[in-house]
Amino acid sequence: MAFKQAITAMIESGTPKENIVIVGDIGCSSKIADYLNLNSFIGLHGRSISLAEGIKIANPELKLFAFLGDGGCLDEGISHMVHAAKRNANINVIMHNNRLFALTTGQFTAATPKGLKTRSTPEGTIEEPLNVLELLLACNASFIARGYSSKVEDLKNLILEADKHQGFSFLEVLQPCVSFYNNIDFYNERVYCGQNPDLSSKEAAMKLIKEWNYGNEGRIPLGVIYQEKRSSFETETMAGFDKKNSFEKCLQTHL
Amino acid sequence: MPIEYSIIIGGQAGQGSRKAGLILAKVFKKLGYFVYIYDDYQSLVKGGHNFSQIRIADGPIAGRREKVDMVIALDKKTAEMHKKDLKKGGLMIFNSNKVMDQEGYGVEADKIVKDLGGIPIMANTAMIGGFAKIAGIDWSIIKGIVEKELNKGNNLEIAKAAYDSVEKVAKIEKVLNSKAPQLLMTGNEATALGAAKAGLDMYYAYPMTPASGLLHYFAEHQNDLGVLTIQLENEIAVANEAVGSAYAGKRTMIASSSGGFALFSEVISFTAMAETPVVFVNSQRMGPATGVPTYSGQSDLLFCINPGPGDFEKFVVAPSTAEETAVWSGKLLNWAWQYQTPAILLIDKELSEGTFSVSKDTFQEIKKEKELLWNKKGDYMRYRITEEGLSPLAYPGTPNAIIKASSYEHDEAGLTIETDEALITSMQEKRMRKFEEMKKVADCPEAVAVYGNKGSKTVVISWGFNAGAVKEVSEKLGLKFVQPIVMSPFPVKQMKKVLQGAEKIILVENNAMSQLGKVMAEYGIKADKTILKYSSRPFYIEELESRISKLISKTK
Repeated sequence: MAFKQAITAMIESGTPKENIVIVGDIGCSSKIADYLNLNSFIGLHGRSISLAEGIKIANPELKLFAFLGDGGCLDEGISHMVHAAKRNANINVIMHNNRLFALTTGQFTAATPKGLKTRSTPEGTIEEPLNVLELLLACNASFIARGYSSKVEDLKNLILEADKHQGFSFLEVLQPCVSFYNNIDFYNERVYCGQNPDLSSKEAAMKLIKEWNYGNEGRIPLGVIYQEKRSSFETETMAGFDKKNSFEKCLQTHL
Repeated sequence: MPIEYSIIIGGQAGQGSRKAGLILAKVFKKLGYFVYIYDDYQSLVKGGHNFSQIRIADGPIAGRREKVDMVIALDKKTAEMHKKDLKKGGLMIFNSNKVMDQEGYGVEADKIVKDLGGIPIMANTAMIGGFAKIAGIDWSIIKGIVEKELNKGNNLEIAKAAYDSVEKVAKIEKVLNSKAPQLLMTGNEATALGAAKAGLDMYYAYPMTPASGLLHYFAEHQNDLGVLTIQLENEIAVANEAVGSAYAGKRTMIASSSGGFALFSEVISFTAMAETPVVFVNSQRMGPATGVPTYSGQSDLLFCINPGPGDFEKFVVAPSTAEETAVWSGKLLNWAWQYQTPAILLIDKELSEGTFSVSKDTFQEIKKEKELLWNKKGDYMRYRITEEGLSPLAYPGTPNAIIKASSYEHDEAGLTIETDEALITSMQEKRMRKFEEMKKVADCPEAVAVYGNKGSKTVVISWGFNAGAVKEVSEKLGLKFVQPIVMSPFPVKQMKKVLQGAEKIILVENNAMSQLGKVMAEYGIKADKTILKYSSRPFYIEELESRISKLISKTK
């Protein structure tokens, strides 16, 4: 719903509808591609960040929104997230974090709280969850934000902020899974609007991020957590690409 | 009698023997010869033994010899290792400051370089100069090439001093009325140029020998070729980004070698379902797994024909020489786009990294052919059901079109379908109709090359890089030689046509399980005898001649 509102706002403010592309992963969140009348490409599990990067570099005019779950993003495809952040690919990654694999009927992911009983961990998971925002900060992600599915208006604004950012934008959306892990009450008690006094300060961002380590302790800050102005991968790549089409000149080197 | 020479030049890794070999190749090209260079090196940066065999002739060649006419030893190990490779009466030419107690012709390369104030690597220049004089090549030819290729420092002075320091022993003649092509390039370079000529827009890769030459070449020439070149974190990212770029309308190619190619396989199946054109290049090494990284094999044919889950057709093409790979990488890119399908160019280490003579005309014939585009009338549906199974393409950014592609089974609009069995069936059938069209185009006369004695009842079959040497030997023995180039969809009609009347079929492959034999058997074509080699090295001409001859004489 928040995404639909954000898209409407983008189109109203002048983005041609045909320039918006949604990339779906595999998982509940990716079904959005089937629900919206927009350009879309549903790829393979864990690979939608790469798919989105490939579309963006081929046509930098397009706006890319890649939708993944925590499983696709942090388990199957984590290397792509790390590298997209490092190279500052100008795409928007929206990770719906429901803290487990839901479409496959409930197994643990890298975001599952320690001790949670799932179908693959009947005695409870033994691994600590990964703090994805902390990892992204280390990867030099240039835009890091967290939203919550119950706060639609805020979420819409975060999507618009992510879109405006020139570079790799990562938006985590806390999204309770009503079927397999309903933690609505837990989130409602803990979320608050986190204010980073200096968005460009990694130290301040880290302080906010560390308030919640995906366990049972602490408050959960929402909002833009970190933002850095840095030239994007497309800008740098295209600056070095000066298409001359001098095939003959190339052949000459083989004489 | 055909004129032909084989020369080995070798040294320690890092000594520059490959570069020296390439310069000699240019000398021979100037003398009017066809050139083929076999490069041999290990997966080591320093300390390994590297050598090149430069084979030259007054006609087309692509294969190496067991016995050579000359050895040029930049170091002691080369002289020791390759002494046995010399024909009776062959010449051993060596750096006499590095190689002692050696019979043959020494060039005081290190001393000449030192006396003239050069740096150690310039010993190669001295060896080129010394070799040229010993081989009876005119100074004017060497001068021109050294001036052009080694124009730094005092290379010319060094070459001249070495040239003058030794005596003429042999005479490599100029080829009269030479028909030799004017370009020299590796198969990787030819692959890149062929695809670029057919309108390639983007190239992605993760480094892996022996496919890395493509990445280096594209990276160096991306502006001249107009091919945006990007290295990514792994083959999986490479393959998925390629699909994204193709969806956005950019002609895209990716390459790797065997194990790296295996990481493309999920995406090959994906491109078949999404009907997104991508060219995948597999430069085979000897497998399984990491295998023998810098040596060759033909053990990925069956894998390339069956590279992923699901019922789908794909193009697989296995050219033999640099000229062939240029033509077919261009054609394959066009086919991929015309049929919206995965297309695999199957080459190997020898074709990728070997150097070949290539005619300029090869590239004139390669053109970008148009894909089927949406006519901008009515509602756009990415997977519109049509008679031939081909749905017109449109790319995101096109006004009034919503382009929905998917790895899921989908309806005509691209939306996921799971419950409608009839629709799932008809979408699969739409693709099947397209596969029939692919089969038609793949079974074209160019899909199978025929050489040698067309009337011979004994037919030799081989494929890929191997075909060059097998063709040469078959021609010499008066046999017919058949080379399937398109491997999938298999050109059954063409193969049966050219094999009509064959009484004995000998199949030659660089693998252990006769993979082409298995493919042919599927279509009722049976080889009577197979000659296999799986030592990770290509056949020698002499070895092939003896193995084929034995099989023929047995039947007589």
